[in-house]
Amino acid sequence: MFSAANLAAIVLTLKLASVVTLLLLLIGTPIAWWLANTRSWLKPPVEAVVALPFVLPPSVLGFYLLVSMGPNGPVGHVTQALGLGTLPFTFAGLVVGSVFYSLPFVVQPIQNAFAAIGPGLLEAAATLRARPWDRFATVALPLARPGFVTAAVLGFAHTVGEFGVVLMVGGNIPGRTQVVSVQIYDHVEALEYAQAHELAIVLMAFSFVTLLLLYAVNRRVAALGA
Amino acid sequence: MTALVARFRHCYPGFGLDVDVRLPARGVTALFGPSGSGKTTLLRLIAGLEKAADGYLTVGGAVWQDANHFVATHVRPLGYVFQDARLFPHLDVQRNLEYGLRRVPPASRRVSLDGVIDLLGIGPLMHRKPDRLSGGERQRVAIARALAVSPSLLLMDEPLAALDQARKQEVLPYLERLHDALEIPVVYVSHSIDEVARLADHLLVLDAGRVSAQGTPAELMARDDLHLARGDEIGSLIEATVAGHDDAYQLTDVVFPGGRVSLPRQAAAVGERVRIRIMARDVSLTLAAQTGTSIINILPARVARIAEAGPSQSLVALDLGGTAILARVTRKSVDALGLNPGLAVHAQIKGVAIL
Repeated sequence: MFSAANLAAIVLTLKLASVVTLLLLLIGTPIAWWLANTRSWLKPPVEAVVALPFVLPPSVLGFYLLVSMGPNGPVGHVTQALGLGTLPFTFAGLVVGSVFYSLPFVVQPIQNAFAAIGPGLLEAAATLRARPWDRFATVALPLARPGFVTAAVLGFAHTVGEFGVVLMVGGNIPGRTQVVSVQIYDHVEALEYAQAHELAIVLMAFSFVTLLLLYAVNRRVAALGA
Repeated sequence: MTALVARFRHCYPGFGLDVDVRLPARGVTALFGPSGSGKTTLLRLIAGLEKAADGYLTVGGAVWQDANHFVATHVRPLGYVFQDARLFPHLDVQRNLEYGLRRVPPASRRVSLDGVIDLLGIGPLMHRKPDRLSGGERQRVAIARALAVSPSLLLMDEPLAALDQARKQEVLPYLERLHDALEIPVVYVSHSIDEVARLADHLLVLDAGRVSAQGTPAELMARDDLHLARGDEIGSLIEATVAGHDDAYQLTDVVFPGGRVSLPRQAAAVGERVRIRIMARDVSLTLAAQTGTSIINILPARVARIAEAGPSQSLVALDLGGTAILARVTRKSVDALGLNPGLAVHAQIKGVAIL
């Protein structure tokens, strides 16, 4: 039912969103844990940096990522020294850009979930002989599960829906960096409205179903917790 | 024998703690004092949940904190019961109980889980989640969970404070059973003189971050200068022995140094030790022994001290000849009877409660 180009874009988008979500959970969890528990003066600046993508135009973030990852940027120097070449206009570059862009959508729900648990139960676990890692794994993680579900869904959906950063960092290379949102733009530019519609309706349906499931699950969790 | 030596000095915002205490190796030590006096802070310092800048702590000879060492909470062999139970909401009662138990090496387990479940009467609750328990049940599970790790020291932070009167009466008997069954020292934070009177062997009074008095509850409760209880609550605690029963009138006689009183028939056997409580408001004074009165407990006494207890009231500390009790009388009566330290009087006791 999809054209080959559209199908390639859909597959690439799903792959990108999956990789990014996985990375975000790995990176976002320690950041969220630290933010939920620290009393350091560094907390507000770190929170502000994490939340930047909420307010910045994606083109600004994309621009700086492009410059810093380019052949003359600091990140570019490092990747070239490591023999990886430069990241812009590659799938890896898209992943890096998307991780930055979707970070707050993953960190904030997890941070809120950790903060809601509070220190009390972890103290109780400490008096029951549990080491710090043990307390994290057996008390904090299971109790924060709804936060993780929300974070994963939002991170995934937001990565699928991004446009500006992808266009700046990834360019528009079919099969390598051409994701659904950029492909739609392409179709519209070429006045291929039928093709554009084919992808747009898929994104629309995907976003609605995702959010519907998220709210339904959260309501069930809230009801269980009461 | 001393089980616990604790010296802590630490400044918190708006509050300083400075204590130097030794607690006995057996029995229940109550930390008593008004809110904000530092009771809970001291307990948390003992548990290592907080760290004093300047601290020294040994328990049963092992150093838990000194200038160079700070043993983390999860390494200290203690049990802790929080005021708010703090059961893990995602685990049922059984798994809450096993949480600590599993983390104790089998060789260090001295307490049987079945015994603990039995002691606290929580057998029927094993498969319930904490949100399906009543407040009293939750607190009993929390106590069992703390005991299941075979602690060498049990710390309890106002385990009854969050409960209403009925729930308190439900849990108190379990605490009393615990007191008799446990071989380990217990530190029990409370601001209820009733709980202290029923449970404590040793009492430490905290005031504004300092220890203002320590001793047995009987000694301290007879002191009128400590204000351990307010108004109607003031009374004295006496360790007594059941001397005999009067079957005809359904009374029980108990004796203590310097006196003998009758109270409504008790189930206790002759020779059994009991704690009785005499409220200051239930004691009145006469200069000569009264006849023709309905009061059956009249004891000769000597006035030890007189303290003011409000605009119209005085608190008279009496020595019964080895046992101290308090009487609350009006200031007018003090003057009318010419009460003075050393004066011989008769104490008429209207009510005696067994605890």
